[in-house]
Formats: sequence, structure tokens, C-alpha cells
Amino acid sequence: MSEETPTPPRLDTDRLLDDPRTRIIVCCGSGGVGKTTTAAALGLRAAERGRHVVVLTVDPARRLAQSMGLSGLDNTPRPVPLPDARGDGTLHAMMLDMKRTFDEIVEAHADPDRAEQILVNPFYQSLSSSFAGTQEYMAMEKLGQLRRTDQWDLIVVDTPPSRSALDFLDAPQRLSRFLDGRLIKLLTAPTRASGRAYLKVVNAGFGVFTGIVTKIIGAQVLRDVQTFVAAFDTMFGGFRERAEDTYRLLQTPGTAFVVVATPEPDALREASYFVERLSEDRMPLAGLILNRVHRSPAARLSAARSLAAAEALLPAGAEQAQSAGANGGGAPLAEATKYPLVVAALRLHAERMQLIAVERRLAQHFTAAHPGVPVARVAAQPEDVHDLAALRVIGAALGHD
Amino acid sequence: MPVRARDTDWEGVRLHVVTGKGGTGKTTVAGALALALASSGGRVLLMEVEGRQGIAQLFDSPPLPYEERKVAVAPGSPVTPGGDVYALAADPESALVDYLAMYYNLRHAGRTLTRLGIVDFATTIAPGLRDVLLTGKAVEATRRKSRGRRLYDAVVMDAPPTGRISRFLNTAGEVSGLAKVGPIRSHADTVQSVIRSPQTAVHFVAVLEEMPVQETLDGIAELRGLAQGGLQLGAVMINMVRPTGLTDDQLAAAARGDLDRHELDLGLKTAGIEGTQGPDGSSDVAGALAAELGEHATQMLGQREYRRVLTGAGQPCYDLPLITDGMDLAGLYRLAAALQEQGAA
Repeated sequence: MSEETPTPPRLDTDRLLDDPRTRIIVCCGSGGVGKTTTAAALGLRAAERGRHVVVLTVDPARRLAQSMGLSGLDNTPRPVPLPDARGDGTLHAMMLDMKRTFDEIVEAHADPDRAEQILVNPFYQSLSSSFAGTQEYMAMEKLGQLRRTDQWDLIVVDTPPSRSALDFLDAPQRLSRFLDGRLIKLLTAPTRASGRAYLKVVNAGFGVFTGIVTKIIGAQVLRDVQTFVAAFDTMFGGFRERAEDTYRLLQTPGTAFVVVATPEPDALREASYFVERLSEDRMPLAGLILNRVHRSPAARLSAARSLAAAEALLPAGAEQAQSAGANGGGAPLAEATKYPLVVAALRLHAERMQLIAVERRLAQHFTAAHPGVPVARVAAQPEDVHDLAALRVIGAALGHD
Repeated sequence: MPVRARDTDWEGVRLHVVTGKGGTGKTTVAGALALALASSGGRVLLMEVEGRQGIAQLFDSPPLPYEERKVAVAPGSPVTPGGDVYALAADPESALVDYLAMYYNLRHAGRTLTRLGIVDFATTIAPGLRDVLLTGKAVEATRRKSRGRRLYDAVVMDAPPTGRISRFLNTAGEVSGLAKVGPIRSHADTVQSVIRSPQTAVHFVAVLEEMPVQETLDGIAELRGLAQGGLQLGAVMINMVRPTGLTDDQLAAAARGDLDRHELDLGLKTAGIEGTQGPDGSSDVAGALAAELGEHATQMLGQREYRRVLTGAGQPCYDLPLITDGMDLAGLYRLAAALQEQGAA
């Protein structure tokens, strides 16, 4: 083909980690692409290169959490022992407890009586534990808190497993808009019926509105919301302000967004959306980390040649006879050829070369659409990450080692 | 193709809920299951609820509106022609408008409310409401009748991921925290009675890797907690299964790194593949292939262990082969055939 294949600039994560101006790294991407692992690997690498790092994770797999010495959701950064660290770097890690974080905000910003009133409100309990944007909002809130303590010079944060990667940017504003919004004021208008807003509401058919809301969700819910809003009223402004602060913090040059993907269509499509969205919102993008990229030590042997060679070792007709079974234990192969191991190896190699070709094409599509975005690749690991050593391997693969 | 003599494993199930960790191919498997269910001639609705337009991508069609559209014809057998797969991309806003129209005759009001952003608001203040509306839509489609018979023989729902599935399905519980009485509560209870009946089964899609396996086990345990209320667990669909051409002895040797290099060298030479010879007399190609075999073996042995763990969960397991040459319609039909052969449909 005469099609030109674009080569992306290389994402140099070591330079990013070593630069003291980098204060926050946000790992984002769709679910199942290794975001949390990447965040942990970057954090470990940075700490072992002398930085004071805290990794904020949202929902790590059990063994990954264990690999960093985290045993439960306790919402507090815990030190991760680094036996092999060179220099004086340190690593802390914490798991976000969104309800706890929300409760803490309430406790910190309302007097005790009012805080108590809010915490027991059923609407608050539902909002703080299951509102679609709460986890994202609280991750941002925690990030802001960690940044304000100034106890760490690098914060690596992994984003919640959202329905869509974009939720992460929208949710904080959505929650604050919601809490501070016109609609919630309309809804609670009867409790503070004064001013022009209320008149407008009446004109817009407020009765119809509450009537339908009551019809859909019931009068009890409406009352809970009203009680909640009345108690929460004084805190609204603070919520919006902090959400805006964090949003602006993300736009500063000290922040680096790293989009994580695997060389698969869905993950790369999501990565594309994310890159576009970050640029729209003027968020600083460091680059794309492509996880689980397949490679071959025998890349010169093409899939076609490999398959042809495998076929050459089999008598005619043997091909169909034993290629079907999903768990073919190899016995039929052993009967069909003198070189069952070689046939298996060649087929395996061909399969891998095909996969590599598919992955390369997908990565090229991404780069064609986003030519300026630097890319770092991490080879597929034969085993899952269970310990710091495995995380270190990933960090090294991202860096120059 | 022979006519299947035995029953499928899910006789009587009409609503198939498919969940799985992100990245396991949940949407693909849901699509394959819909095709498999339709292949005995029925009409099947495939429904997505997360606004990702995954079904449209899967069937290579333009983005789906909130409308049931035919997206595929299932492969039939010489005796029975294949049925049809319809698809619906549901979202809470449209589902609410639908709900208001259907139960309160308020279609117009619903549209106005949507325009004013009030629907978004209502689904926001009551998080359980979104889920009730979406599961409610699936239940409605499952029970819908046309000229005295069921319109759909089965409904397959591409449901939220494993981490959110129990909350998603436990809508009555979620809503009851908010609404103790009232219309939405009774709607939730109706939806619940179908979800917690033998008509509904919840299937898990997993791949043989640590996190997806762990999440599947956690999800199964969580749903078992709800099972007392009648929730039926379905199958574990093991996706992206790769066959191995190696015997157990070869796998073990490859994983240890002591394969018979002489056999590799000899075989490659016989097949006409020459590499550069290293100091030990073995070719570099043989060395590279041995390394690939080693990685493959490590992975296979790990997968075997994960499979043992998954099987131990006590639900039927089906294997879906890895499609290496890019997922397309042909691949989807292959997965559907695999599901059918194993009795899933």
C-alpha cells in the first residue's frame, strides 16, 4: 500500500516524572485498559526516582492493592515500603471512599447539628453513595485536598470506571450545577417563596412540574429533597467554588493528563474522544499510553510464511481434521506430523503476527487522527501484576529502560 | 446441520441480562447470544442501556435511535429459517417519556419536560429511578404482546458492568430507600417481580485474567445474596478463549523454558525456514519461537487455573473462541454458533 504510515512522537514518561514542575498526573481511559496499574506503575517509578508521590486510586483490583500494601478503603494515604529505592523518594497510596469523603466535607462545613441533619437525610444518603457523578466529584475533591496539604510533590490519580471516560470531566460540574442549580431551587421554592425566581416558576407552570415530579417519584422523596436542600443551602456556594478550583487546577501546566488505552477498537475510540475533549477544555495532555501491545522476537517471519511452513509439515488434509477443537490437547497433531511442537509454534507465531498487524493498524488510525499526541507502548505481560517488582517492570517499560 | 435433539440450558428464560467487567467483550457476547437465540426462528430484542452505541458498532449500522430496529437476521438451519434480531439503544430520558406515555398518557408533557431539562433532573435526584426506567423498559419489551402472542421470544440486555449490576437489578431495593410509597415504587415492584422470576437469568462475561475472574466471582457472590428473592444466576461466558496446540508435557516444558530445541531446529529446517545459527548451533528463529511458546505456555497454565476457579463457582460455563482477525459480523456469527453448540440457546 502506498498509504503513508504516521509515526507518533514518543511519550517520554521518565522526563515527565523527573520534571519537578509536574505536580499532578491524571490517568484516564475506558474500563479494563489498565488505568489503575498504570497509575501505580508511574507512581512507583517516580518515587524510585526521588519524588514524594501519592497515588490516589478509585477501585483497584485486590492484588494490585495488596502489591502496594493497601488492605482496605480507609480514605487515608498509607506509606508503601520501598526496599529498593534509590535516593530519598517516598510513595504513599490511598483508595477513595466517596461516601466518607462527602461526609467529611459536610462535617467540615456545617455546624454539628446541621451536619447531623444532613447525614441522616435519605436523599443525602442516596446522593452520597450512588449519584452517578459523586464518585468523580469526590475523586476531584480528594485531589484538591491532597494538593492543598502540599505534603507530596507529585499526585498520581486514577479516574473512576465511568460509563464513559468523559463523565470524569463533566460530573464534578454536573453535581455542583445540580446542587446549586435553578431546578433544585424551583423544586424547593415553596419553602422560601420570595423573589423573582419564584414568580418565573409560577409562570412556567410550577404546579405541573411538581405534580409530575410527585407522580414519578412520590411526594415523600420531594419532601426529603426539600429538607436536604434547606439544611444544605449554606454549603452550595462552597461546592461550586471547589469544583471550579479543581477544574482550573487541572488546566494548569503542572497537571499532565495521560490517556490509557489498549490496542483495541473500543478502547482507542474512547481514547480519541478523550483527547478531543481535553483539547476542547484546554487540559494539558501528556500523551497516550498504549498498554498490552503484542510483540514478537521473530517479527521477520510473517504470518503467511509461518502458516505455510506449518502446513508444509502436515500431510494433505490433516489441516481440517484437527483444527476445530477449542481445547485440542495436541494428541491429533502428534499423530499427524513428526513435528507437532513446530507446527504448534508456527501457528502460534502466525496468530501473534496477525494480532500485531491488527493492533498496529488500530494505533495508526489513532495517530492519523491525532498526529501530535505522543505515544508510549507497554508490551503485554504474560502474567498479572501482583507485586512491586511487576509494577516496576511496567514503569521501566514506559521509561527508557 | 443436524437438528438439535436436546433442550437448551435456559428453557423458560425470556430476559437474558448480560454483564461483565469492562473490556471482556460484554456487548459482543450479548450480540452473539441474541443471534444464537434468534437462530431457531424467533424474534429477539437486543437492548443496550448505557448510551455507548455499542450495538450499532457491533452490527456495523448507523447510531441507533430510541426505537426498536431490525439489525440482523440469524443464521437458520435447513429445517428452520433464522429469526430476526432487533436492537434498541435505551436511555433514561427516553425511557421516562415512554413510561409517562404508557402509564399516564403524558407523552406530550414528557417531551416538554425533557426539553426543559426536568427529566434529567428527575432521574438525577432519584438515582434508582434511572435503573428502574431502564430495567422497566426491558421488562415491558419482554411482556409486550402483539395479536395475542408475545412480540419478542427473548430479550437480551447488554447491562451495566459487573461492579454495578446488583444495584442495577435491585431496583426495588434502591428505590424503596427513596420512595416508600407512590407510583414509582409500585412500578419498581412490578419490574422486580419479573427480574426475580424464572423468566430472567443474569449471565456473566469473563476472560481468563485475574481481575475479570475476580470480579465475576464477586458479582456472582453479590447476586447470590439477592437470589433469595428469586433472582436467577445464568451462565459464565468465557470469552476470547485461545486453543493451545500443545500437550500438557509440552506446555510444562515450554513454561519452564526447556523445550526440545533440537526438534524445533529440525522441524523449521524441514519446513524450509532458515534462521541465523547461534553459537549453540540452534537458529535464532527457533530461539524466538521457543520464547513465544514459553509466554504462551505461562499464559495457558495461568488461564487453566482461572478456568478452574470460574468453574468452581457452580454456574454453567461456555467457551467463546478468540477472534484473531478483527471482530466483524462473521466473527459474531461464529460466536453465536459456539453458544448454540454448547447449549446456551
